Amino acid sequence: MLHNIFTIAQDAGAALTEAAASATAEAAEPAVTSAPIIDWATDSYLIAYLIAAVLFVVGLKKLSSPKTARNGNRIAAVGMLIAVIAALSENPIGINWWAWVFGGIVIGAVIGWVAALKVKMTAMPEMVALFNGFGGIASVLVASSEYIRGSAQGSIPSDTAFTIGIAILIGGITFTGSFIAWAKLAGKMSGAPILYGFQRSINAVLLLVCVIGSGWLAVQYDAAWWVWIILVISFVLGVTFTIPVGGADMPVVIALLNSYSGLAASATGFVLKNPGLIISGALVGASGLILTAIMCKAMNRSLANVLFAGVGTADSTGSAGTQGASDKVVRSVDVEDVAIMLDAAKQVAFVPGYGLAVAQGQHAVRDLTKYLESKDVTCFYGIHPVAGRMPGHMNVLLAEADVPYDELFDLDQANAELPRTDVVIVLGANDVVNPAARHDTTSPIYGMPILDVDKSTTVIVCKRSMSAGYSGVDNELFYHDNTLMCFGDAKKSLQGMLTALKEL
Amino acid sequence: MTLTVCIIVFVLAMFLGREVITKVPATLHTPLMSGSNAISGITVVGAILAITVFVREDVDTNMWAIILGACAVAFASINVFGGFVVTDRMLQMFKRR
Repeated sequence: MLHNIFTIAQDAGAALTEAAASATAEAAEPAVTSAPIIDWATDSYLIAYLIAAVLFVVGLKKLSSPKTARNGNRIAAVGMLIAVIAALSENPIGINWWAWVFGGIVIGAVIGWVAALKVKMTAMPEMVALFNGFGGIASVLVASSEYIRGSAQGSIPSDTAFTIGIAILIGGITFTGSFIAWAKLAGKMSGAPILYGFQRSINAVLLLVCVIGSGWLAVQYDAAWWVWIILVISFVLGVTFTIPVGGADMPVVIALLNSYSGLAASATGFVLKNPGLIISGALVGASGLILTAIMCKAMNRSLANVLFAGVGTADSTGSAGTQGASDKVVRSVDVEDVAIMLDAAKQVAFVPGYGLAVAQGQHAVRDLTKYLESKDVTCFYGIHPVAGRMPGHMNVLLAEADVPYDELFDLDQANAELPRTDVVIVLGANDVVNPAARHDTTSPIYGMPILDVDKSTTVIVCKRSMSAGYSGVDNELFYHDNTLMCFGDAKKSLQGMLTALKEL
Repeated sequence: MTLTVCIIVFVLAMFLGREVITKVPATLHTPLMSGSNAISGITVVGAILAITVFVREDVDTNMWAIILGACAVAFASINVFGGFVVTDRMLQMFKRR
C-alpha cells in the first residue's frame, strides 16, 4: 500500500518535471537541459526582495515604541539598500546606460536629503503630502515605461496590460491629489471645500471609464489611446477627489493619499510581477488605511462624509461665529492671574491644537512646563488624534521642543488624569475639547470623542478671539463656571505666564 | 509569478501590515507616515528594472522609456532618501524624561 502510493507520487513527480521541462523548452529559444529546483539566476534576486520586505516589517514593528523606533527606521533603510542593490545587479547593461540610473538616484538623493534636513517640523504635513505625490508619479512613470517597452516588443500579456492601466490610475490620482493637498496645507490655495453638482456621480463615472480602459488594454494591448485617457482622467480625479475636502480635514486626506501611494507602488509590483514591490506597497497601503480609520473615528465621521460632505471653513482660526454668545457670560483672565493659579497647582495639563503650531509656541510651552516641573508640579500634554494637520503632528512638534514622550498622553490616558488635574491650559484647540460632543445630540460634533478638560478644577483657554472651531460650532466650554479665557497669541501668553511665575 | 499569486501575496501583505501597524502608538504616527513614504519609495526598484530590462533586451531603443524610467528613479529616490532621513531626524527627538 505504502509502496503503491510512493510509486504513484514518483510517477506524478516525474510527469510534472517532464511537463515543466518541456514548457521551459518551448518558452525559451535556447533549449534548457533540465529545470533546476532553484534557478539561482532569477531566484536569488527574489530572495533579496523578500529579505528587504522582511526588514521593512521588522522596522515597522519596532515603531511600536519610541525606544526602538529609530533602530526600526534604520533596519528598514537597510532593507531598501538590499532591494536597490539587487535591482542594480539583476540586469547588467552598458556603462553609458548606467548614467541614466545613477543620475536619477543622485538627483533624487540630493533633493530628498536636503529637503529632509531643512524641513521645519511644523511643515511636516506639507512634506509628507509632497512625498505621497512623488510616490504616485513614480508609479505612473514606471507603468508607462513598461507599456512602451511591451509595445516595442510587440506583445503585452493581458494581465500586465490591465495592471499597467490600474497602476497609472492609482498613481495619477495620488499625484495630483497630493499636490492639491499640499497646496491647501501650504496656504497656496484656499482650504475651503469646493463643491459642485453631481460631484460624486461624475467621479464614479470617470473611475469606471478608467477601469474599462484597463480592461480594454488587457484585450487589445496596442490601444495606446487608452493609456492617455487613463492618464488624463486619473490626474483629473486626483483633483476632484481632493478639492471638496475642507482644510481642517486634511489629516484624513493625507493619510488616505499615503495609503494610495503605497497601493500605487503595489500596482507597479503587479505590472513587473515583483513580490518585493507588492509586499512593500501593501504595507504602506495598510498603514495609510489604518491611520485614515483612526482619524475618522476620532471625528466620529465616516470616510465618505469627510471626503464628500465639504465640512469646514478656510482656516480653523476663521472669523465666523460670535453668534449666540450674547447672553452668555465669558470670563477672561490675564497671564499674571494664570501664573498665580499655576503656582498653587499640583498637576497641570496642556491641550495643544493647530493654533499652537501656527503660533510656533511649542518651545514656549516646554519652557513653562520645565519651570513648573522644577517646582514639583506634575505636567502632561493631552493630545487628541486629530489635533494638528496630520496624525501625530502635535507629538512631533512637542518632541522637537524636548518634551519627553512619556508626558504625551493620548485620549484615554489624558481623560483618566484630567479629573485629578488642577489647571488645564488649552492652546489653540477648540472642537476637541467641546463638551457638547458628549451630550448635545443636535451638535454636528456630537459623538466625537473629546478630551474632558471641563472635568478638571480650572480650564484656561488660550485663544486669539471667541471664534468657533473649524466645525463652526460655538464652544460651550468657554461659558462654563470653571473656564477662564486668556485672549492673545498662544506663544506670547505662555511666555507671559512664565515671566509672571518667576516674579512671584 | 501569475496574477493570482500576485493577488495572494498582496492580500496577505495587507493583513500583515494591519497587524504590525495597529501596534504603532499615536505619538509616532507622523514618523510612521514619513517612514512609509520612504518604504513606498520601493518603486525605485521597479524604475531601475524598467530601465535595465529595456536596455538589456535591446528592443528598438525608444529613448522615452529610458527617460520616463530615469525620472521615476529620481522621484522614488527623493522618497527613499528624504523619507528615511526625515524620519530619523524626528525619531531622535523622542526622548524619555
